[in-house]
Amino acid sequence: MKHIGKPVRRNEDARLLTGKAVFVDDVHLPAMLHAAFVRSDYAHGRIVSVDTRQALELPGVAAVYTAEDLGDYWRPGPLLVPPPPVEEKTFHARTQVPLARDKVRHVGEPIALVLAESRYIAEDAVELVEVEIDPLDAVVDLEQALDEQAPLIHDDLDSNLSAEVRQSKGDYQGARRQAAVVVRRRFEYDRGASAAIENRGIVASWDGRDQHLTVWDSTQAPIPIRNGLAEMLGLSESQVRVIAPFIGGGFGPKIMMFYPEEVLLPWASMQLQRPLKWIEDREENFYATTQERGQIHWAEIALDAEGRILGVRDDFLHDAGAYDPYGLTVPINTQCTLLGCYQVPNYDSHFKAVFTNKPIVTPYRGAGRQHGVFVMERLLDLAAREMDLDRAEIRRRNLIPPEAFPYDNEIIFQDFRPLVYDSGNYPRCLERALEMIDYDDFLSRQQPKARREGRLLGLGLVTYVEGTGIGPYEGVRITVESSGKVNLVTGVGTQGQGHYTSFAQVAAEQLGVGVEDVRVVTGDTREFHWGTGTFASRGAVVAGNACHNAAKDVRRKILEQASEALEAAQEDLVLEEGKVYVKGSPESSVSLGELAVRANPLRGAVRHGAEPGLESTSYYGPEQGATANGVHAMIVEVDAETCQVKIVRYAVVHDCGRVLNPLILDGQIEGGVAQGIGNAFYEQLHFDQTGQLLNASFMDFLLPTALDMPDLDMDHFETPSPLNALGVKGAGEAGAIPVAAAFAQAVEDALQPLAPGLEILEIPLSPNRLFEILSEHRDRRDDGRGDA
Amino acid sequence: MKPPAFDYHAPRTDEEALDLLSRFGGEAKILAGGQSLIPAMNFRLARPAVLIDLNGIGDLAYVVEEASGGVRIGSMTRQRTVETSSLVRDCSPLLHAAMPWVAHVQIRNRGTLGGSLAHADPAAELPAVMLAMRARFRLENNEDERWLEARDFFTGFFATALAEDEMLCEIVVPCLPSYSGTAFREFARRHGDYALAGCCAVLTLEEGQGDSSADQTIKDARLTYFSVADGPVEAVQAQSLLLGQSPAEGLFAEAAYTAAQTDLDPPGDIHASPAFRRQLVEVLTGQALAEALKKALEAKD
Repeated sequence: MKHIGKPVRRNEDARLLTGKAVFVDDVHLPAMLHAAFVRSDYAHGRIVSVDTRQALELPGVAAVYTAEDLGDYWRPGPLLVPPPPVEEKTFHARTQVPLARDKVRHVGEPIALVLAESRYIAEDAVELVEVEIDPLDAVVDLEQALDEQAPLIHDDLDSNLSAEVRQSKGDYQGARRQAAVVVRRRFEYDRGASAAIENRGIVASWDGRDQHLTVWDSTQAPIPIRNGLAEMLGLSESQVRVIAPFIGGGFGPKIMMFYPEEVLLPWASMQLQRPLKWIEDREENFYATTQERGQIHWAEIALDAEGRILGVRDDFLHDAGAYDPYGLTVPINTQCTLLGCYQVPNYDSHFKAVFTNKPIVTPYRGAGRQHGVFVMERLLDLAAREMDLDRAEIRRRNLIPPEAFPYDNEIIFQDFRPLVYDSGNYPRCLERALEMIDYDDFLSRQQPKARREGRLLGLGLVTYVEGTGIGPYEGVRITVESSGKVNLVTGVGTQGQGHYTSFAQVAAEQLGVGVEDVRVVTGDTREFHWGTGTFASRGAVVAGNACHNAAKDVRRKILEQASEALEAAQEDLVLEEGKVYVKGSPESSVSLGELAVRANPLRGAVRHGAEPGLESTSYYGPEQGATANGVHAMIVEVDAETCQVKIVRYAVVHDCGRVLNPLILDGQIEGGVAQGIGNAFYEQLHFDQTGQLLNASFMDFLLPTALDMPDLDMDHFETPSPLNALGVKGAGEAGAIPVAAAFAQAVEDALQPLAPGLEILEIPLSPNRLFEILSEHRDRRDDGRGDA
Repeated sequence: MKPPAFDYHAPRTDEEALDLLSRFGGEAKILAGGQSLIPAMNFRLARPAVLIDLNGIGDLAYVVEEASGGVRIGSMTRQRTVETSSLVRDCSPLLHAAMPWVAHVQIRNRGTLGGSLAHADPAAELPAVMLAMRARFRLENNEDERWLEARDFFTGFFATALAEDEMLCEIVVPCLPSYSGTAFREFARRHGDYALAGCCAVLTLEEGQGDSSADQTIKDARLTYFSVADGPVEAVQAQSLLLGQSPAEGLFAEAAYTAAQTDLDPPGDIHASPAFRRQLVEVLTGQALAEALKKALEAKD
C-alpha cells in the first residue's frame, strides 16, 4: 500500500502548531455577550430562594436567568443511552437539568445564568445573585449511599440506587466447588478528571433575519447536538448549524450531552437576539464537566490446581454521580471487559450503580474498562502468588488461543450485544512483551541484584482487550474537484486524533493522489447531515471504512471516465499521482481535474440517469465492534524512604488490526499511557464528607508532565479485523486501560522485601498513600506477631 | 476566574511607590512578579482595591556584592536572575542550590525574590533559605527604613512583619564563615510543585583539626524547613544536638529524628499526612546533613 500504514505527518499540524487552528474561544462576534454561571456551593440542599435583583442592576449586565425564567424550556436532559437488553436489571433514569430548580445535587450545579458585556462583569454579577440553600447531608461514600438512613438525592426514588444489573454465564457456584484455589478481595478505584487541555466552550448566535442559529461547541458529537437543539428549540434541523472546530482533547466527557450550558446559550441567544459566549474555566471544569472511575469491587476468582481459571464472581458498586444520563455504559463496560484476554467459563457479575452528590459520571477514556482490567489482573497476580506460579505463566495458561476466534465472551457490551472478540493472537503479544521487558533476566538477575543493593525494583505485566469500533454508523462524502484535489466530508467529528490525516490516507490510497491533496472537513453540520460522533474508539473503524467505501466508488467513477477519455479498457488503466494513463504510456495521461470536469457534463452531453461528478457518499455501520488487545509491562523503582515511584522501563505490545498511520497510533498510545500513569499515581479528586472537592485546581490535582513520562518501547502486531474491509480496530483508549493494573502490580512487587505479603488493591496511589499502606501493613504484621 | 475590578498604579520610582503605599495602605497590594497574586485574584481569593505595580522600577532589581561579604539583592530581582548569578553561586551556594527548585523556569522568569519572600507562602523554598542564611531584609516606608532579621520578618501563615505602608526593598544574604557546607533538599510530587517537605542545612566546622570527619567538631549547625509549618521554621533542638559534636552518621540520624519528632509538628493535607511529613523531614534532614558535611570538608581542602 502506498499511503495506508505509512508514518505520514499530520495534515493539520501546521495549523495547530502555528496557532492558526480555530477553537471555540477563538470565535469573536460583534455585540457578543459573555456568560457566567451561578453554581451551587453545596453538594446537596434545597433551594429556598434565588434573588437576581442586585445582579440585574449592575451596569453591563444584560440578563440573568433562573430555572423559573426558562418556563417550558426547562426540562431534564435526554437519556443518551437506554439500558441494554439484560434480563436482570433495574434502571432509574434521572438526567441533569438545565438549571437547578428545587434541589441542588452536586457542588457546581448551575443555578442561574448571567449574561453581561464581559466575562469580568458577568462574574461580578454572579457574586451579586443571592442564593439561599437549605443544606442537606451529602452522599459521598459509595458504600453508604444505599444505607437506609442515607439522604435521598432524588426524592421520588426510595433509595439512591441508579441501577442494578446481573450478567452471568456458566455456573460460578458449581465451578467454585471444584476449585483448588479461591482468592477474594475488595478493590477500590477512585475518581479522576479527564482534564482536557481545552475546557468546554460554546458560542451561540441566533440570526433573527435569517432565522438561523449557529453554535460553535467543543463537542465530540456535533450532529446529535444539532438534532437535539433543533428539537428543543422548535426549529428545523436546517435552521441550526453546529460547528465543532478544533477540539483540544475530548476523552469522552465532550460526548456527554446536553450539558446545561449547551441547552441554555442557544436559547438565551434567541431571547436576547445577540451572540453569546461561554468558555468553561479550569475551576468550573472540575465541577461542570463529567468525571469517571469511582467503583468498589468485591471479587473472587476460582482456579484449578494448574492455575486455570474456573470462574470469576464480582460484586461491585459504581458511582454514577448526581445524575445518570449515560445509562449503564460505564459499569456495563467494566462487567464485560473484566474477562479480558482469558478463557473464563463461569462468570457471575452483579453491580449496583448509586447516585452520589458528586459531578455526573460518564465515559472517560477507557470508560469502565480500566476497573475490570484492574480487578481481573490483580486477582490473577494474587492467585499466582498463592499458588507459587509465575505471573506470566498463570496468564499464559489462561489466554484465549489464536484458533478460538471469533470468541464469544457472552457478556453484553456497551453496544448492547454480547462482546465477540473478532480476531487476535494473544499469546504472541504476551511473549513479545516478556521479551521487550527482558522478563527472565529481570527476575533472575536484575531484581535480585537490585535487592542485594537495597534498591526496590518491581515489574508489572498486564494484558487487556479493548472493545472498539461500535455502531451505529458514520458517513463520508468524497468529491474530486475540478482542480484535481479531493474533498472529503464526514459527520463523525474530531477531538484531535488526526482525522484530517488518517481519513485522507484511506482516500488517497484509492484515488491515486497525495495525502496532502485530500482536504478533510469534519465537525460542521452544514457540510454533512448524518453521523453520530467520535467516541468509543470508533473513528478509524466506522468513519474509516465509510471513507474506504466512498473512495472505492469514486475510484470506479474515475476509471469509467478515464476509460472513455483514453479509449482504453479500465483494467489497462493506471491511476496514480493525480492522473490516469494506459499501462506503459504514462506520457499520454488525463488528470483527475480534467476527469472531474468531464464528469460535470455540459448541455447536450448529459446521459439519461447519470449523476454528475466524481463523487460518492457512503455509510458504514458495523454489526458488532472489533476487539483490540495488548500487553503492557513496566519496571518501577520505589524509594523505600519517600515512597516516590519512578517508572524505569515501559513496554507496550499492541494489536489493533491494520495500522493506518503508525505515528498517529503511537501518539494515541503514548497519550493514553500518560493518562493511565496520571490515573495510577497522580490524579485523584479528593471530596470531603460534605461533597466539597478539595483540589479543584492544577496546583492540587496533579497531572503527569513530560518529565514524569517514561520512554515507551512500543511494538504493534497487526491481526486484521475480519469484520471490516480495512481490517482496522480502534486504538483511542487502549493506552490508558491497563496502566493502573500494571503499576499496582509493579509497586507491590517492588515493595515485597520491605513488606512481605503486601497487597495493593486500590488506585490511585501516591507517595502519601503508599506510606500509609506500608504503615498499615506493618501494624497488621506486628499485631499478628502479638497474637502468636 | 476573572478578578474583580481594581485600580492600577505603575510608579516609576520607589519613592513614588512608597507614597502610593502610604496613601492606600491596606487597600493596596504590591504587584511584583505576579506569580502568586494574579492567580489568587483570579480565584477572587485576593481582592485588592489597588494594585501598585513595581515592574517599572528598575532600581529595585540588582545583585551586587556586599562590602562586608555576602550579596545584596534588590527585591524586584527576578528569580531566574538570582539563579544564574555567579555572585550568588560563589557567595551563597545554598541560595544557588535552592533556586532551580522554585516552581518552573517560566515562573522564575517573572517571579521575584522579594515577591516570594513578602508573600510568605509556608510551602515556598526561599523563606527557609533566608532563615538558614540569617539574611537581613530592608523594609521602607515613605519616611524611614528599618532592617529585620529573616527570623523576625516571617511571622506566620502568609504573614510578615511588613506594615501596611512598608515595602521590602532589599535582601542581604551574608557569607558563611569558613569551613561551612550547605545543602538543600525537598520532596515534591513533580518537579516544580510546592514541596511536601523541604530542608536547608548549614554546617560550620571548627578550623584546624584532621582530615577525616571524625576529627571535626561542629561549630554551628542550622536546619530550616518549609512546607511543614505555618511558615519557615528552624529545628532548634536538632541544631543544639549537633553543636560541639563530632559529625557522625549516628549523630545525624539522631538529629534528623529529633527534627522530625520533636522540633516539628507538621500539618496534614490531601498530599501528605503529618506522619508522612515527619518521615520526609527525617529523610531529607539526614541527606542534607550528609551533603552539608561533605561540602564543609571540601571547603577545608
